[in-house]
Amino acid sequence: MTTPSRMPEPYGQGSGANLADILERVLDKGIVIAGDIRINLLDIELLTIKLRLIVASVDKAKEMGIDWWETDPALSSRARRDELTRENAELRERLARLEELEPSRAQEKEAP
Amino acid sequence: MTGLRYVYAVCRPFGTPLQSQLTGVAGDPPRALNHHGLVAVVSHVPERDFAEEPLRAHLEDLDWLTETARAHQGVIDALTTVTTPLPLRLGTVFRDDSGVRTMIEAREEDFRRTLERLEGRVEWGVKVYAESEPQESAQPAQKAATGRDYLRQRRMQTRSHEEMWQKAESFANRLHEKLSAFAEDSRLHPPQNPALSKATGRNVLNAAYLVSRAHSEEFVEMVDRTKGEVPGMRVELTGPWAAYSFAGEAT
Repeated sequence: MTTPSRMPEPYGQGSGANLADILERVLDKGIVIAGDIRINLLDIELLTIKLRLIVASVDKAKEMGIDWWETDPALSSRARRDELTRENAELRERLARLEELEPSRAQEKEAP
Repeated sequence: MTGLRYVYAVCRPFGTPLQSQLTGVAGDPPRALNHHGLVAVVSHVPERDFAEEPLRAHLEDLDWLTETARAHQGVIDALTTVTTPLPLRLGTVFRDDSGVRTMIEAREEDFRRTLERLEGRVEWGVKVYAESEPQESAQPAQKAATGRDYLRQRRMQTRSHEEMWQKAESFANRLHEKLSAFAEDSRLHPPQNPALSKATGRNVLNAAYLVSRAHSEEFVEMVDRTKGEVPGMRVELTGPWAAYSFAGEAT
């Protein structure tokens, strides 16, 4: 069998290939052509959307492009930082207020 | 011969025969249908499974879908070793050969243009996983004795988490920049859900790169070198795939 020259061995493919990878490509990529069995037109789009729910979660699927992870607090340090900074500031403020109100008790607590 | 025609891909004529033991969707070996100087790779599929209604029902069945998707990919994969196929999406079915011929005639220009663009190129998939949800497991070892201790611990936790994501983000960004500068084209795909991919860690980069066969070896080495570069980051390479991610935009 002729194999194109200088082609590295397949990586992570063949029978052991990740199902998510295969479905991602076979369902979602490649060209869409109107077969004369009608399902190929709209239904494959619907199916793709439905399966995207499994292959990727919808909120992430909506965000394409280089910055798709930036708005997700679970993924983005920036979004996370904002949330935690706010939480931290709030807690610090509350503690300061408490210490102000009850100086003696705060002193007591600081002792080992 | 009865049955419907399932189409896998459109290619330019290729001299090399496909592997003789190759079976396609529904177990029928694929064959080449030549028309207008193009080749549609087709196989026969039974009406009871692939007519519109049963196909619609089957597509909802993950087991059936898995088997069919693997068979479809198997044929595309075999084609990729002998030519540059233009992969069609799963489930492209025609009533008979003349339906396939009509389709080729209608899209002839598109096919030629896209085949020209993709000739001799393959797709590589690169994914980056952040291995751990760090410090989440290393929760406060001892209970905070005072409010101040609690805050200190909380701050430290936040900081290491923040560092972790910053690290993942910048690693993924850097890698993508480097690889897309080398590749002819690239696409970012949504991260994969671990429920289906069964991969551990969080998928922070899921990209596809279009690389010529001649440069593929170099590309693979480039990706391999980044493995283990940053602790906690796992780089996964898949391919060579037919140029699925780059076949679509001709229309």
